[in-house]
Formats: sequence, C-alpha cells, structure tokens
Amino acid sequence: MDWQALELSLSLGFYTCIILIPFGIILARLIAWHSFPGRNILQALLALPLILPPTVLGFYLLSAMGNRTPLGQWYESVFGSSLVFSFQGILIASIIFNIPFAIQPMQRAFESIPQSIREAAWSCGLSSWKTFTRIELPLAWPGILTSIILTFAHTLGEFGVVLMVGGNIQGETRTIAISIYDRVQAFDNANAAIMSATLLGISFVAISIIYIFYDKLGSYRGPR
Amino acid sequence: MAQGNTYIHLKSENPIHLDIEFSCNSGEIFVIVGPSGSGKTTILRSISGLYTPNSGKIVCMGNNWFDSKEDINVSVQTRAAGFVFQDYALFPHLSVRENISIPISENDPSIRNELIDEYIELVHLTGLGDRLPHQLSGGQQQRVAVARAIARKPDILLLDEPFSSVDQQTRRFLVRELIQLKHKLNIPIIHVTHDLNEARRIADKLCIIHEGTGLQIDDPENVMTRPNSSRVASLTGQDNIYHGKIIKHDSESQSSYIQWHDITLICAYSPEFELGEEIDWMVPSSQVIEIIDPNNTNSDKNQLSGKIIDMIQLGEGTIISIGFEDNTDSLHMNYSTHHVKKHQIATGDNITVSLIPDGIHIMQY
Repeated sequence: MDWQALELSLSLGFYTCIILIPFGIILARLIAWHSFPGRNILQALLALPLILPPTVLGFYLLSAMGNRTPLGQWYESVFGSSLVFSFQGILIASIIFNIPFAIQPMQRAFESIPQSIREAAWSCGLSSWKTFTRIELPLAWPGILTSIILTFAHTLGEFGVVLMVGGNIQGETRTIAISIYDRVQAFDNANAAIMSATLLGISFVAISIIYIFYDKLGSYRGPR
Repeated sequence: MAQGNTYIHLKSENPIHLDIEFSCNSGEIFVIVGPSGSGKTTILRSISGLYTPNSGKIVCMGNNWFDSKEDINVSVQTRAAGFVFQDYALFPHLSVRENISIPISENDPSIRNELIDEYIELVHLTGLGDRLPHQLSGGQQQRVAVARAIARKPDILLLDEPFSSVDQQTRRFLVRELIQLKHKLNIPIIHVTHDLNEARRIADKLCIIHEGTGLQIDDPENVMTRPNSSRVASLTGQDNIYHGKIIKHDSESQSSYIQWHDITLICAYSPEFELGEEIDWMVPSSQVIEIIDPNNTNSDKNQLSGKIIDMIQLGEGTIISIGFEDNTDSLHMNYSTHHVKKHQIATGDNITVSLIPDGIHIMQY
C-alpha cells in the first residue's frame, strides 16, 4: 500500500475542492439565473472536459504550462520552480478537469430554486447576501455537496491528465491511481488490489452520501 | 395627483405595456381584475420594487418609493411592502415559525418569538408552528404567506391571486378572513385576481385592466352595472352589448331614445350623449324579462319579439339566446332551469321580452 500516494491524492482532492467549489458556486448561480450573450458557449466550454479524452486535455495543459510558455515562465520567475511535473501543476490540471463535475450539480441545484422564493426573501427585507446564506445555500446544499463529493472522488481516480502534466514523481505527483498502474506494471498485484479496494470503498461512501442527502432534500419538498 | 394616501402611477412599454394610475386608502381593498397576461402581477411587482417600470410614481402612506422624474427608486428590501405570491413562495426548508421570523430576524429573540406567536394566532395557525410548508394544506400555506407578509409591519399588502390554488370552500373561508384582516391591519391592500365574482365580494374599489391598461376604476357595482366602455362591459361578463345611435332626448319624461337596427328603445335620460351620436349600449341579462301577455301594450316598454335560437343550461340557471328578424344581433336573458323545464321552453319557440329602460346603459363608442 502506497500511503504517500494516497495522502497526495487526498491532498489533491482537498485543495481542488477548496479552490473550485467557491468559484463554481459563483459561476453556477450566474449560469442558472442570468441570461447573457455567450451563455451557451460558456456552458459548452465548461462541459468540454466531460467529453475530451484526458490525454488531449493533458497535452494542452502540458503545452500551456511548459517552461517555454508565458505561464510556465511567469510561474518559474515568481515561485522559482517549474509548474509541470509539480503538485501545483497537477492541482491546476485537476481544477480544470473537474470544472463540469463541480459546476453542473450546483447549477441544477440553483436552477431548482424558484425565482419567487428569492423574490420573497428580498420582499421580507433580506439583502442579497442574507438571501444567499439563509435561503439559497440551504436549498442548494445537496447540489453543492454533490459537487464536492464528485469533484473529490473524481480527483482521486483521475489518471490520464495527472500523468501527462505531472508524470510519476513519488511524493510530488504520484497519485494513488498512478501508483496502482505502477504496481500492476511491476507485477505487484497484491498492493494494486489493496489500493484498488481502498479507492472502491471511498467512491462507494462518496456516492452513498450523495443519495442520502438527496433523500434529506426530498424530506422538505414533500412526498415524491 | 389622485386622492388617497397611497398613489400609484405606472407607465411602461418594453417588455411589458403598463399604463395605470390609481390611489388607495388605508383599510381599503383595491382589486385589480383582468385576464391572464394583462399585467396584474407586474403592477404588484412594480409596487414592491421587484420590477422597475419605465416611468411613473409610487407613493405609499406618504413615502416616496419610486419617482422616475426625481430619479427615486427605493430598493425592494427597503420598501415596506408585504407580498403574498401566487404560489406563496414559502421557504420550503423552514418551519412555519421560521418562515414568519425571516422579516423580523433583526428583533430581539424574545420579542421575535412573541411576535411570531401573535401572527400565528392572527392567521389561525396555532399548533402548526413547527411544521414545514409541504406538511400544510393549500389554505394553511396561504395563511403562512399572509403572516410572513404582515410580520414586516408593511405599509401596503400586495396579494397576487392568493386564492387561486385552494378549493371553493377554503376560498370562501379565506375571503372572510381577508375582510377581517383588512380592519385589523388598516393599511391599503392591493389584490389581483382574474376571478370577477371574488373581486366583487371583497373589493372596496375595483379596477378592470386589459393589456396593461387600467380601463375603469370605480365601486364594484358601478363597474358591473355602469361600465365606461364596451370593452369593460365585455370583460365584466356582459353578454348584451350592442351598437346604436342616440335619436332623442326628452327632459320632460326623463328619457332618451336609442335607434338599434330598426327598433327604437327607450332608456334613462342621458343628455351627455349628443343627438345622432354613435354609441355602444348594454343591458344586463337580468334586466331582460319575458312578457307573458304581449297584447297588454301598457305593461312594459321596449317590447321585442323574436325566436329562441339557443339555450345553455348552467346548473340552476339557463341562458336563453333570442334572435330577431332583420337583426343579426342576439339578446341573452337568464331563466331558472326549473322555470324552463316547467313551461317546456324550447329552442324555436316564439318569445316576447321587455328591456327595462333603467337597465339600459349607454357607453361611448
């Protein structure tokens, strides 16, 4: 069992969620409730990682973050290290790759809140911020939780993009999914099996939490 | 400016046409009636601040909420308007008590709890405070929405078809409660509905609206019996609306005369219309009576003879349509279904009717 790889995967999932979810809430609300030019194009762009082969996305990210690119050079000048083949590099890749998994459940959750509920909150004197914290967030919470869990679980399982951008550097970019691949290549099936079972367990718990919370959501929306 | 302590004047073109001006006093229910899509909800949304019209002025209990000339547009949060939404818009994750507490969340908790108890009692929801909205009936949800709206101590109460999703029995009960509430609150209440009967029952003042334009604002009975145009007459459900011409005024007998096709009709003295002026006129179907003995010429004025061309039975009443020779218009009258069956009245029968002169109402063409 490669504990270091598991810890790295958990860190990657944690930071991906911490950065992506607040940004995703803003974007999901914007798309759910506002009509603006280019809305459909924006939605298509955000959904692109769903259908793009991970290697394609990984290739573009690698090309964008390389040491000869403006982004790579800027990063190196500021932080003194290379963005590719680093934890920060795979974190950026993970954020981009998880955008649709984070945005879409939250967008659906905000869309399901009737406009009249928000207007009723304003009519009760609640400011936009209080309406968000006291009305919108509790109502959209199951969708937000779904986004968090999907993003986290998907980060743990991500292989192609992380390998392309980060390679396989122990303690830096070797996630548990890469470690499983690594173990199989080395004919170490016993460790590969333990790590696979660990990922399976985490994924099952994650999906179960989503269903339990959706059931809770149903409890104040009446019988189905 | 129109009289009244609350004055509303709204004008808008895009995307919704609005052209309405009215005033409303404290303790008065002002009912706006119109078909779906006529702009009723937009008027309420404008008053509450959820929609901004192109121009106009909204003064509520002396507070200037909107004035396009002065560039005043008070935010929805600041306007003390209690809004009961058509779908009630209760917060589904909050209990009845929590829903009512939202507008008074700034208060001290002990005062807040006292106020919540007071409002729950006022709308007859005692014992249901801990329930979630989906655990309540439609009528109970409506009461929570009213309690939440008045918890804000509003200067105006806005009701958007609040009885549309409850059954008839609950509706009658809620109407009674609303009238009681009117006296307790003593603030202007603006109520919009498409149900004319409901409007007549509760309105102190009635406004007929069509395509965003206020057509007539008056006492309910005046609107129903003295509509100012054939459009209002039609929207208030009048069937007998016709076109004619003023041919004579007789001040001595206090009568005016209308030419309708080749028939001359006598009606109440209406000198405000000029001789020869083209007019619309109407007569409520209740003012059309059957003449049992047509040979007794002294009995009734405006006698017309024709044939029954259609009969529609609507429960206890039957609407009879009468056609005339050389006249494409038809006249409608109400009969009790019992009378129709007893006297075996049938389509094709000859009939003589009289139009009661005072029941004939003349309108601008």
